[in-house]
Amino acid sequence: MGKAKAIVLRAAGINCEQETRHALELAGADVRLVHIRRIIENPSFLEDCQLFVLPGGFSYGDDVSAGKVLAGQMTRHLQDALTKFIADGKLVLGIGNGFQVLVKTGFLPGMKEADKPSVTLTDNDSGKYENRWVYLQPATDRCVFLEPHRRIYLPTAHGEGKVVTRDKATLDKLRQEGYVALLYVDAEGKEGPFPINPNGSVGSIAGLTDSTGRVLGLMPHPERFVRQTQHPHWTRLVKSELVAEGLSIFSRAVQYIEDHF
Amino acid sequence: MNQWRFEVSNRSGFADVHGRSVLEDIQACGIRSVQEVITAKVYLIEAEFDRDFAQRVGAELLSDPVCQDFFIGRSAVPAGPMPATLIEVHLKSGVMDPAAETVLSALQEMGAGKVDHVRTARKYVLLGNISEKDRLAIVRRVLANDCLEEVIYGTEAEPSRPRTHSYELKIIHLPIRELDSEGLMRLSKERDLYLNLKEMQTIQDYFRRVGREPTDVELETLAQTWSEHCVHKTFRSSVEMDLDGKTIHFQNLLKETVFKATKDLNKDWCVSVFSDNAGVIEFDEQTAVCFKAETHNRPSALDPYGGAGTGIGGVIRDTMGTGLGARPIASTGVFCLGLPDTRSEEVPKGVLHPRKVLKSAVAGMRDYGNRMGTPTVNGAVYFDDRYMTNPLVFCGNIGLIPRDKCFKHPQTGHLVLVVGGRTGRDGIHGATFSSGEITHKHEDIFSHAVQIGNAITEKKMLDALLQARDLGLYEAITDCGAGGLSSAVGEMGANLGAVVDLEKAPLKYSGLSYTEIWISEAQERMVIAVKPENLDAIMKIFSEEDVEAAVIGRFTDDKKLTLQYEGRQVGQLDMDFLHEGLCKYDRKARWKTPVSVEPVMAAKTNYTEDLLAILSSYNVASKEWVIRQCDHEAQGTSVIKPLVGVANDGPGDAAVIRPLFCSDRGLAISCGMNPCYGDLDPYRMALSGIDEAIRNLICVGARFDRIALLDNFCWGDCTRPETFGALVRAAQACYDGAMGFGAPFISGKDSLNNEFVCEDGRRISIPSTLLISALGIVEDINRCVTMDLKQAGNLLFIAGLTRNEMGGSHYYQIHGQKGGTVPDVNLETAAETARRISEAIAEGLVRSCHDCSEGGLAVALAEMAFSGGLGAEADLRGLPTTDDCIQADRQIFSESNSRYLIEVEPDKYERFAKKMLNLPFGQIGRVIGEKRLIIRNGRQQAVIDADLETLKQAWQRPLK
Repeated sequence: MGKAKAIVLRAAGINCEQETRHALELAGADVRLVHIRRIIENPSFLEDCQLFVLPGGFSYGDDVSAGKVLAGQMTRHLQDALTKFIADGKLVLGIGNGFQVLVKTGFLPGMKEADKPSVTLTDNDSGKYENRWVYLQPATDRCVFLEPHRRIYLPTAHGEGKVVTRDKATLDKLRQEGYVALLYVDAEGKEGPFPINPNGSVGSIAGLTDSTGRVLGLMPHPERFVRQTQHPHWTRLVKSELVAEGLSIFSRAVQYIEDHF
Repeated sequence: MNQWRFEVSNRSGFADVHGRSVLEDIQACGIRSVQEVITAKVYLIEAEFDRDFAQRVGAELLSDPVCQDFFIGRSAVPAGPMPATLIEVHLKSGVMDPAAETVLSALQEMGAGKVDHVRTARKYVLLGNISEKDRLAIVRRVLANDCLEEVIYGTEAEPSRPRTHSYELKIIHLPIRELDSEGLMRLSKERDLYLNLKEMQTIQDYFRRVGREPTDVELETLAQTWSEHCVHKTFRSSVEMDLDGKTIHFQNLLKETVFKATKDLNKDWCVSVFSDNAGVIEFDEQTAVCFKAETHNRPSALDPYGGAGTGIGGVIRDTMGTGLGARPIASTGVFCLGLPDTRSEEVPKGVLHPRKVLKSAVAGMRDYGNRMGTPTVNGAVYFDDRYMTNPLVFCGNIGLIPRDKCFKHPQTGHLVLVVGGRTGRDGIHGATFSSGEITHKHEDIFSHAVQIGNAITEKKMLDALLQARDLGLYEAITDCGAGGLSSAVGEMGANLGAVVDLEKAPLKYSGLSYTEIWISEAQERMVIAVKPENLDAIMKIFSEEDVEAAVIGRFTDDKKLTLQYEGRQVGQLDMDFLHEGLCKYDRKARWKTPVSVEPVMAAKTNYTEDLLAILSSYNVASKEWVIRQCDHEAQGTSVIKPLVGVANDGPGDAAVIRPLFCSDRGLAISCGMNPCYGDLDPYRMALSGIDEAIRNLICVGARFDRIALLDNFCWGDCTRPETFGALVRAAQACYDGAMGFGAPFISGKDSLNNEFVCEDGRRISIPSTLLISALGIVEDINRCVTMDLKQAGNLLFIAGLTRNEMGGSHYYQIHGQKGGTVPDVNLETAAETARRISEAIAEGLVRSCHDCSEGGLAVALAEMAFSGGLGAEADLRGLPTTDDCIQADRQIFSESNSRYLIEVEPDKYERFAKKMLNLPFGQIGRVIGEKRLIIRNGRQQAVIDADLETLKQAWQRPLK
């Protein structure tokens, strides 16, 4: 096939679309930015691409709660189109606000047997928005965006990134059945309190995937670490050993598409 | 129509973090009677939908199915042993409610049918035995701001929804031609025009000449256009200055100081200076960069959250309104506040507690800036008692603009469009209000000058306008800032003339008079000039992006500003009179340079305690708490972040961004300010600010020959010759500093009359405050350096001379000493040092670099050490000093300017030393593996000896 084709969603208040496009282009994808209204008017936009990305920002101001209004809009208008998109073996990535939207639409974790929503994101324990870097440990082997076992370092920037579950049983299921994609850990890979876990997420959950492994949502921003000089202390490090670890998420997605389509 | 009330709160088992945060704030006020706070969001919706649909609204839109419950109606007081106090905070009518707007459009999208009105409110349930006095204190100091909010208690009725009336045209004439002086001043006061007698007389003469009485909108237009805020009449006045008994004359202070340096330097990389909404310089062959910093002091004093938010929103619109519109790429924020530990009883009536101001202003900047997706990359926070009554909020913004889009071309026949948010009563009289002093009564009188912004409206407008710009669909653009449409249309049509049909402006609600429409300072609006043939194409973009726009008039060729309402003329002014008619002022200024003597302080053998005290002083202490809340990495452009070092928590000197995805050229952004120096010597204060801003840029690797500066003067009442004299001295320093460094000012702004009149008549003025913001070009971002120590075994150098000049120093402050000499700048050496260090960094000779500023050498070394997690051993025998700078405390705490600490690898020593030849510099130590800072004096005694953890904790503790 030709190049992997990606659509990056635009909507009122989404504001990370340009750097997300740039990251995807660096990874080798062909990228279009498309406004939610155009996709609602014409869902066939999705047919032409293999990767649908919901970038970060504050869709509709995050009024009511983060991602809530955009999630409602997507549920009402794009539920079927996106369900088919995933069933067709295609990839969906939600970053920050995009992750919040994927959870609030139910695409993540997308546990089939759940009759009602059982996972959401809410206010950080600190009660405020914070921009800080975190270490992330992949917690599943099935997510196509992630290299299993490889710890990465990425920035977070959010006020409502705390993952919570309806009950303990839901959390156990998420863990046992491989829905937990990424955990907040320290430099050695151990879970811990704030600031290792920057928002108080239950089970240190930083990102979730679905049963297919082709949908990933995460609070940290991989598009903000696609070149070495974005690392917060790159001036201390040996450049030949420094890998822009956010880029790998996009590269793996593009590679997967090239291998499967 | 049904009235629906929804309450949404967290289900038990899910933390109510807002409640917890409110409880902490209550306890911080010293109130111990509250045991717990439970919060709820309240939505009041007037709509036709029925109960079944209301259930859907509650479940699908307003609450989270996992962690929240919703309740339709008013929930009862929670049962339990503890008494509960119910408090509900509603917005006053006319205050922007972004969440309500979002809910309204989401309801429509859900198919809710006719929805008349949506409002939101916050409900608090306080548990505990709370006295009446405590309850009032909690409401006033923690929960609500009576400028814009209304509070109800217990089961009191909710405030009724604002009833709007339709407006019927009634043209109001204000007879002026026959008034005597007293009558003129009464008119000025009654209408809040803030025009003085001379100005009122000028207006009177004009209407006598044209032979009629003015209408209200004509007087308002003149008042706004002529306000201090808009024309800077003080700064442009002619001045007779008495400097130490010698008289100096200025025809136009601005043109002969700040602006003159720019003219004299005549840099070919300056694209547009002091003429547009922001100053513009070259970035590369295709791209230019613009920079503007504004203050938003008065609104922030009344409502720090809304004031700081609309401050950042406003300065972003300055960038968007520069040339044919720049794309905002970074913001800056600086706050000057009262001391956070001020006792409540020391806070004058009508003034918010500094802690509240700090928290709310940071939240305001955070919530607006982060929503715009513009990284906030640089800033500062200063504390002084005198800022308590007049807190200062500076907001800056930087934008990128194609080189071929740097100028506007409005022409006769172009249509005038207003784009973005709707016009309401918000912000009326902001420009004139900003030009006067504040009194303890202002919070009642001027609540309408306070505004809440809606960042998403601005972001949508930005997305649409950039598309239209790139397609060449409009010919001119400017923002609606202070003065609203009046300023925007008046300025854009100054050389042409314009006719405006005021009823065509989209309104938030009915009932606005033609004058209110014209002078409203409602946020998130821009004015553009569009060729008639492009109208359809541009309106299509706006509609696709869900942005409102309306044609409200056209540019003419009669050089008149004509205002109409429903076809009837309501005002007409000659553009020449409007823009050139303002009388010139002659002002007196006086400055007597105080004779300074350094206080004698006994020598000690060890100064570690002094160093810890300085690190813990509010002005030096870590501002991480503020920085983390503002997204500094949005847009993916970050190279040097505000927090640097091995633990990402060291104080970076300047931020660097890489604004284009395709180029390694960067922009460095910094600031310099030191209000502590202003009382003693405003000239040296200004020079120090310039030197500091430039040092900060140099430390990260900016080019020395491409530095542009901004000035923001915040002063007291300049009708006092002494206060004005201090300003003149600072302006003179701006000229000398810009010339000395070859760094032109490209834009500036002043905010005068920052004074407060207390209930007892006491007048409090802010310290003379000059913010210097600096923008530099980085040739290759891969060469940038940071201030954290990198490697044990590396050598430490200091460049620049240390002098016994400690006036305004932190060392004196912790010892309660006043007086002394403010650090001077030897411009020749300063410029040469900066140039050589910039070259050394570009050549890769430097591993880390940090400037010596507040707290001097000891603080700078401590910061470098704990940021890098590596110790340092320093020996003062290597320190270049003047002969009178012998005592160790002078040497380690002097705040002499133009000094840099530099870490160099041993094998680069020779090349570096050669680079610094013939400049004051010396090797003062080396980096060590042990996590300690040791500074030894000439006799090899340790005058500082502390472990890094102790130093870092002292620095981080105060503002955690």
